[in-house]
Amino acid sequence: MEWETVIGLEIHTQLATESKIFSGAATAYGAEPNVQACAVDLGLPGVLPVINEQAIQMAIKFGLAIEAEIPERSIFARKNYFYPDLPKGYQISQFELPIVSKGHIDIQLEDGSSKTIGVTRAHLEEDAGKSMHEGFGKLTGIDLNRAGTPLLEIVSEPDMRNAKEAVAYMKKIHSIVRYLEISDGNMQEGSFRCDANVSVRPKGQDEFGTRTELKNINSFRFVEQAINYEIERQIDVLEEGSEIVQETRLYDPNKNETRSMRSKEEANDYRYFPDPDLLPVQIEQSLIDEIKSHLPELPDAKKQRFIESFKLSDDDATLLTSQKEIADFFEACVDAAGGETKLSANWITGELTANLNKENMDITDSPVTAEMLGSMIKRIQDNTISGKIAKQVFEAMWNGEGDADSIIENKGLKQVTDTSAIEKLVDDVIANSPDQVKQYQESPPEKQGKLIGYFVGQVMKQSQGKANPKQVNELLKQKLNS
Amino acid sequence: MHQSTLTQLSTALKEKKVSSEELTQLYLDRCKNFNEALNCFITINEDVALENARTADKKIAEGKNTDLTGIPFAHKDIFCTNGIKTSCGSKMLDNFIAPYDATVVEKMNDAGMVMLGKTNMDEFAMGSSNETSFYGPVKNPWDSDHVPGGSSGGSASAVAARLCPAATGTDTGGSIRQPASLCGITGLKPTYGRVSRYGMIAFASSLDQGGPMTQTAEDAALIMNVIAGFDKRDSTSAEHPVDDYTFRLNDSIEGLKIGLPKEYFGEGLDSNIAKIIEDGIKELEKLGASCKEIELPNTDLSIPAYYVVAPAECSSNLSRFDGVRFGYRCEEPKDLPDLYCRSRGEGFGKEVKRRIMIGTYVLSAGYYDAYYLKAQQIRHLIRDDFQNAFKDVDVIAGPTATGTAFKLNEKLNDPVSMYLSDIYTVSVNLAGLPAISVPAGFIENLPVGMQLIGNYFEESRLLNIAHQYQQVTDWHKQVPKEYK
Amino acid sequence: MSLDKSEVQKIAWLARLSIDEQDIPNYSDELSNILDLVDRMNSVDTKGVSPIAHPLDLVARLRSDNVTETNQRDHFQKHAPLTEDGCYLVPKVIE
Repeated sequence: MEWETVIGLEIHTQLATESKIFSGAATAYGAEPNVQACAVDLGLPGVLPVINEQAIQMAIKFGLAIEAEIPERSIFARKNYFYPDLPKGYQISQFELPIVSKGHIDIQLEDGSSKTIGVTRAHLEEDAGKSMHEGFGKLTGIDLNRAGTPLLEIVSEPDMRNAKEAVAYMKKIHSIVRYLEISDGNMQEGSFRCDANVSVRPKGQDEFGTRTELKNINSFRFVEQAINYEIERQIDVLEEGSEIVQETRLYDPNKNETRSMRSKEEANDYRYFPDPDLLPVQIEQSLIDEIKSHLPELPDAKKQRFIESFKLSDDDATLLTSQKEIADFFEACVDAAGGETKLSANWITGELTANLNKENMDITDSPVTAEMLGSMIKRIQDNTISGKIAKQVFEAMWNGEGDADSIIENKGLKQVTDTSAIEKLVDDVIANSPDQVKQYQESPPEKQGKLIGYFVGQVMKQSQGKANPKQVNELLKQKLNS
Repeated sequence: MHQSTLTQLSTALKEKKVSSEELTQLYLDRCKNFNEALNCFITINEDVALENARTADKKIAEGKNTDLTGIPFAHKDIFCTNGIKTSCGSKMLDNFIAPYDATVVEKMNDAGMVMLGKTNMDEFAMGSSNETSFYGPVKNPWDSDHVPGGSSGGSASAVAARLCPAATGTDTGGSIRQPASLCGITGLKPTYGRVSRYGMIAFASSLDQGGPMTQTAEDAALIMNVIAGFDKRDSTSAEHPVDDYTFRLNDSIEGLKIGLPKEYFGEGLDSNIAKIIEDGIKELEKLGASCKEIELPNTDLSIPAYYVVAPAECSSNLSRFDGVRFGYRCEEPKDLPDLYCRSRGEGFGKEVKRRIMIGTYVLSAGYYDAYYLKAQQIRHLIRDDFQNAFKDVDVIAGPTATGTAFKLNEKLNDPVSMYLSDIYTVSVNLAGLPAISVPAGFIENLPVGMQLIGNYFEESRLLNIAHQYQQVTDWHKQVPKEYK
Repeated sequence: MSLDKSEVQKIAWLARLSIDEQDIPNYSDELSNILDLVDRMNSVDTKGVSPIAHPLDLVARLRSDNVTETNQRDHFQKHAPLTEDGCYLVPKVIE
């Protein structure tokens, strides 16, 4: 039988507020246990939550970016369950009337086409604390620093049909929240994580199959692996004639498998009801307009602009706008390179990305700044150095040896364009290679093109790469053919 | 001296006829002497009180005092007091030393008032008799075989016995007004949101409201001047401007229109109580008020709706008591569920567990619409009833409680009958209105209170009417003879 | 409405309350009585009536995004049942 997969994602992204969603405690990552857990975060008797307006505004910003409706009223509700990292015995979340209702985004598929994925809703809620199972013997340690950190939970429609689409969707949402600067999107620190709802059904069937929920996946790679594993598992189960159990499963990246998780509350009954400590939030149209007017350029618009004004290929533009930081780097580089776009794009997507990947570094931490790279590209443009020498210059810049001009100067990498100097080198090479000259001259013209490479290489070697390759070529042709 | 009102004590302090230290010592001695008989205090803070009294005396000497600087009083043990045990009448919090001050506590401290101690109460404010307290029942100073009412029974009993000139209470379904009525004192439940709930341990967040329990309406006004107002830490507190509550006390009530709900005077009301309330209303008429029968047709539904909304909110509010970060933790839990179930099962008393279970049930899957949502709809109807009534009348008058103080243990094992006795008070909480109970007579030496209900933020008017009433009556001046 | 033993046990578990086996019949009776009282709500038709969660029709006042709290861990943990290295301790959680 042919099977079709149906995937929906719930993405939890931490909002980059200074203070928590319902208290004035700091949200900074990595503090000593419980030093950022104030009376409200601890759920001490008698304390009350007060909503952080920045969290509301960030959520609205996201809503506007996905062209969603922002309802006039939004309500916070309590989701009741007992868990040690949930201090009050309930999580303040949203149930009816979330802050962001239906929206959508476009994702790019591998064949270059694009697909619209619906966003059902996005709601605000507070994060839980952390349970630490190691280091306390037979006990678990509870750190509530993270408790109360604002989260935006973004719930998609079940619109994705394979793991690659799910990853593309997750990457797109990631890029949007980063563009909007409402989240640092740091996946290692858990600022951006997702639950995937996966089901399969016979192709052509309308109803969805029974789904499982894969919990707390915090990397793009794991999302793809987890979903693919789960699809295969479900198909195996169904093809054996068994049924899928609706349950929560955990992905184990070490074993690359998903396994059934003992549910948090065996009888999952969260008893949602409007939080009586919090009044409804009224969203004024003027606030929406204000936020809209300050919305930054988003990835899709930026990509379009890069294609149109910089004449970039679709692929290059996609890559360069995938992260706001890369796009910013590119634009600064083009500026410093005197408007040279193609070379800037090539260097960033090529050499720079390779080096960053090798060192597992973010572009914002690159030792070669956009300005440095741009100035170097300028030197390629004005023939001060060749593309080949530029690689040397780039490596030197990467290793902190200074900017392009000083490296070119100090290492004497300036290209030789003096014809008489090149002519001398050409003459020497021809004189020292009688066999090759003979072979060249006896070959038909269509093969000569290849053979000339040998001479070019020799000349470049003699010049230590500094001779202008174009001039070398011309001179060699001229002399060998005469 | 101990029979003085706040107003009289304030004058005596200002005129330096007595020092705060002397006054505080006098009340502390009374507290210590009589607490064994009445059990109205859970904690008496002698050292802290005397230290604060000396500070107050210094302020008075320097002329940096407010009207209430140096005046002793007591807090219901539901208000968090930094460094002082805050038990909420529960074993769950028997070891809880609050690490911060409630807003009400902070405000009264800032005014220079001197807290003598923390008063006994029904566990987590759930009860109408003060018998659900982990610390044992409070006795009614008018007759120690009788309950003082609840849940602010300790505060009511202490003020009635003049162990302190005033106290704070909280009112979720009548917990200020009913014990005030049963103990013969004045109790004001302000408009929902008028007094900050921050640091007041929550029972039912959309109903809870703190307020003063005093001998007179004038005293209640003085305390309201300290505790009322918006609090940025309580987002349900109202930004409505705050009155000077003493300003209108002496206004004439000539022309006042009083509504008498026919549902409050029908069958079910003890005829002796009815007589007392009618007499009280006659006094108001003598002062120039006129009366009119009104209808509050959904009154009967207020108890059922209340016993859905309050338990629902309480079941969630009390989830934080889990034995992890504060409060009672069971011995040697074998695993996590055991820690939760036994800490909570052993830490909470029976009535609290009953209400948590009811609340859990009405919110659970499949029942939410039939119970919780329905109750919130009825709440809307009840609010509308009052708003319709206030189109025709300025205030509503009636009894506070269905009877006088009942005997200890009389209703303890019959929760439903206990709940039904809240009939005249709970609808006010569901609608969020202000109401006051003032002493209006006695039946067999047990006090009876009259309730006045006002429209939103009309505390000044209620205090004005109550004060005018107290100018022509002396029920509020009666003190049980052992405590004179 | 009456609640049987298994319903009482289910509610007690949802609410994480240990209750003695012998008290169950008593709880069952009392809770059923309370629900009977509550069922009186059904005597009125509330179709079309909007539910209200708060008595006053107010909207939330928001706070600005400022860090106002300082570290009070030791103060808060002074009376905590069980802590170590700044963490609250519970029996091992099995995921």
